[in-house]
Amino acid sequence: MTEPVLELRNVNKSFGPIDVLHDINLTINAGEVLCLLGDNGAGKSTLIRTLAGVHKPTTGQMFMDGEAVSFDKPKDAADRGIATVHQFGGTFPLMTIGRSFFVGCEPTRKIGPFKVFDRKTANETAVKAVQEFGITRIDDGDRLIGGLSGGERQSLAIARAVHFGARVLILDEPTAALGVKQASHVLRIVLEARKRGIAVIFITHQVTHAMAVGDHFAVLIRGAVAANFMRGEKSREEITDLMAGGEALADLDTAMEDYKDSHDGHPPQPASRATVA
Amino acid sequence: MATAARTDTAATGAPGKTGGRSLGALIRRPEAGSVLGLVAVFAFFTLVSGQIFVSPAGFASWLNVAAEIGIVALPIGLLMIAGELDLSIGAVIPAASLSFAIVSGHYDMPEVIGVAVALGVGLLVGAVNGFLVLRTGVPSLIVTIGTMFAVMGLTLGLSVLLTGSTSTNVVPAPVWKAIFGTFIGGMFQVTIFWWIAFAAVIAYVLHVTPFGNWIFAMGGDKTSARNAGIPTERLTITLFMVSGFAAAFVGVSQAMVYQSAQVAGGQAFIFNSIMCVVIGGVLLTGGFGSVVGIVLGTITFSMVNQGIYFTGFDPNLGSVIIGALLLLAVLMNDTFRQMALSYSTKKKS
Ligand SMILES: Nc1ncnc2c1ncn2[C@@H]1O[C@H](COP(=O)(O)OP(=O)(O)OP(=O)(O)O)[C@@H](O)[C@H]1O
Ligand SMILES: [Mg+2]
Repeated sequence: MTEPVLELRNVNKSFGPIDVLHDINLTINAGEVLCLLGDNGAGKSTLIRTLAGVHKPTTGQMFMDGEAVSFDKPKDAADRGIATVHQFGGTFPLMTIGRSFFVGCEPTRKIGPFKVFDRKTANETAVKAVQEFGITRIDDGDRLIGGLSGGERQSLAIARAVHFGARVLILDEPTAALGVKQASHVLRIVLEARKRGIAVIFITHQVTHAMAVGDHFAVLIRGAVAANFMRGEKSREEITDLMAGGEALADLDTAMEDYKDSHDGHPPQPASRATVA
Repeated sequence: MATAARTDTAATGAPGKTGGRSLGALIRRPEAGSVLGLVAVFAFFTLVSGQIFVSPAGFASWLNVAAEIGIVALPIGLLMIAGELDLSIGAVIPAASLSFAIVSGHYDMPEVIGVAVALGVGLLVGAVNGFLVLRTGVPSLIVTIGTMFAVMGLTLGLSVLLTGSTSTNVVPAPVWKAIFGTFIGGMFQVTIFWWIAFAAVIAYVLHVTPFGNWIFAMGGDKTSARNAGIPTERLTITLFMVSGFAAAFVGVSQAMVYQSAQVAGGQAFIFNSIMCVVIGGVLLTGGFGSVVGIVLGTITFSMVNQGIYFTGFDPNLGSVIIGALLLLAVLMNDTFRQMALSYSTKKKS
């Protein structure tokens, strides 16, 4: 077995007195889709923000290709190939596809002594990158991002991350705001990214979407990994139960007992929003 | 922008392939609204005031006004596209004017020193603005109101302390007067050419260089821009310094033209420059705009501002027209922006 692309060992994260993540252990392999499931406030976004260098773990370690890493800022994570795509994909609604694709690393060409933005190359590269993902409806790099549909925007953002060499692709609820057809576009692109050997971390509240693309599932409950299993190991019903916290409550009890055993009898502090149904 | 505009509806573009496409492309530009506004205003004043408005003197009257506001409006527009505001220019203009007049007039030092000190004052105030905005996280609207009052107070205090007066005369050498304060053909201020130069440089930076792309990205979403590796802090300070510099430049040229400088004056530039920029199609909340738009907005504003004197109307009516124009421009620009967003390439079927 090769080294996992990304590995978390006993990662804890607290914001002042509020403990949000407890002893997270996870591994993510290349060409694998990890579905991160859990109720609202479970800590999914906090976990991926930690991976993306927005937060630093309070304790615990992260490894990339077996090598310990520590990110001071999102740029550090991005430089290591960890790319995050947010819910609305493109964040610059009033920029053109070509310009936003290359924000921060604009292609230039020389006209005499002047270095100018190479709009043609930018547009062509951006359009080609997204078309390779099967979104052939995007064929004009001069269109504004804000004019694309939600699914197209997600697809473009994913294509952009892959184009710039992402090895770990983090998608925080990419399908949340999308209709059935648009969501299926995005899921197809997730599969396409996986085929290219990228490790994908996919957050969703929809079991169908998780089942459609997931190879590996982790359920977070109140900031702890309550279940961690591979595709086919649990049925759809079991996963739904886990996401809703039904069976998970029982799991959590045992998890708490284990935790107490290893922590001098202290229970873990509940997350600030203690509403696990 | 939560609701994505539908893209698979019929293109907003146009039926014709080539001609239609370019017309559609024009309408989608940020300055589309300001072109229409300019045409309307020009036609109105030509009709109402007749020959005099389109005579060289008529052109000179609004071009001279436009040039001074325009030099300030350009960097204000850049700041607004980047998501910031700068009101301190209202105090920097008289501060620079007086600095020059005191150094080169009261103390009779060479003009080059006076100009350098005055421009230095502008750059310094800009750097302070940028630094405070970054360090405090307070919106730049508030920060620059603060620095505006501070600079106003310092200007008054230092002027009285150094010269015992709130105004100072200065007689610049002919070469300096020629560069900054002469009237070409007896009526066109040389500032007009400076304005053209400023516009050309800023248009190049904003629309052609990668630096311009950063400005748009920063105004669209500062956090994402920073995460994409754009040096947002350096960019913010630079933009404020450019704005301070431009305001100081106008201050210096005013002192050269009028051969004197006063503590008061300059406040009108604050609102006027913002209005020119907004009429020119720059989005108040950042991320959208163009230099051509800012220039057209400035011309439109100045035409109304001056054109009213060529008509038989009460000059106060000019302010009413400008107010209405501003509202109309924003509404129109919103419409055009919506069209730009919902535009999609015509589907090949
Ligand atoms: N910066 C912060 N300071 C304090 N508490 C925080 C901070 N960020 C997150 N939290 C808390 O951590 C908990 C987990 O939040 P998080 O956003 O990670 O949940 P989530 O699983 O992504 O939820 P959702 O499904 O609603 O997106 C919440 O109780 C939240 O209030
Ligand atoms: Mg979340």
